[in-house]
Amino acid sequence: MGFIFELLIAFFLVVSGIFGFVGSYGMIKLKDPMSRLHAPTKATTLGVGGVLLASICHSILIEEHLSLHELLITLFLFLTAPITALFIAKWHIHRHEKPKDLPDAGEDELWATHAVEQVEDVPEHSKS
Amino acid sequence: MIRLLHRIFPHPHLTFLLTVVWVLLANNLTLNSVVFGLILGIIIPFITQPYWPDRPKLRNWPMVVEYILVVLWDIVVANVTVARIILFKRDADRQPAWICVPLELRTPEAITVLAGTITMTPGTVSSDLSAQGHNLLVHCLDAPDPNAVRDQIKSRYERRLKEIFE
Repeated sequence: MGFIFELLIAFFLVVSGIFGFVGSYGMIKLKDPMSRLHAPTKATTLGVGGVLLASICHSILIEEHLSLHELLITLFLFLTAPITALFIAKWHIHRHEKPKDLPDAGEDELWATHAVEQVEDVPEHSKS
Repeated sequence: MIRLLHRIFPHPHLTFLLTVVWVLLANNLTLNSVVFGLILGIIIPFITQPYWPDRPKLRNWPMVVEYILVVLWDIVVANVTVARIILFKRDADRQPAWICVPLELRTPEAITVLAGTITMTPGTVSSDLSAQGHNLLVHCLDAPDPNAVRDQIKSRYERRLKEIFE
């Protein structure tokens, strides 16, 4: 029985390793900054999730006591990952996108990042 | 009496959540950790109350559970989809796109949850809100059909959030 448990834990570890690797590889392969943002926000959720599942399984099946504070890591990750992504995205819009490059914002006319900045404020070196 | 309770417990769900988080942090279910968690769960909402005056009313609890399950499932699918795009799709074939999602939600908490969900799920990152908060700007990793992505976000997540919050 112990062998099956170990197999299960090893499976989760391998899955998390693969997704962690894909997330990092995506950072190299994808070329534009906005697409790069996708790799770490997604592929790493399952990457970290796999390790945490393996950790929970290990404590329940092998050490035979319940340990659930791994769930908290998932919770905090779900709270912080979108905020980090939003900050980087807003930085990108602020520095590299003009209002006319983005889709129409409907009745509000401008996206929030553009609504508070002067467009002329973009420094010379970041103009392409 | 109810008003007094409301003043002591401005956010009862938050009190509950903080207690659970504290017990999980302590990682053992003893009377000590539960009581101290409750103390924190009462003090923290009380102190932060001025910064968060209205509490969102959650109307539909079965829908909250359904929403969490749908999102968790989508995150697993999202990981596989994104991994496949990264590994097997040539960078030149990829069609990144900005899309604009018109929002029907008005509650700030609901929009926050929607934006967070979009970031965590298949190939989309929510990037900005329009000036008055009526539209959400979403970046897609690979969207041959941007309208389909928009409709999926609206029907899959926004419809459920609307039933939960409004």
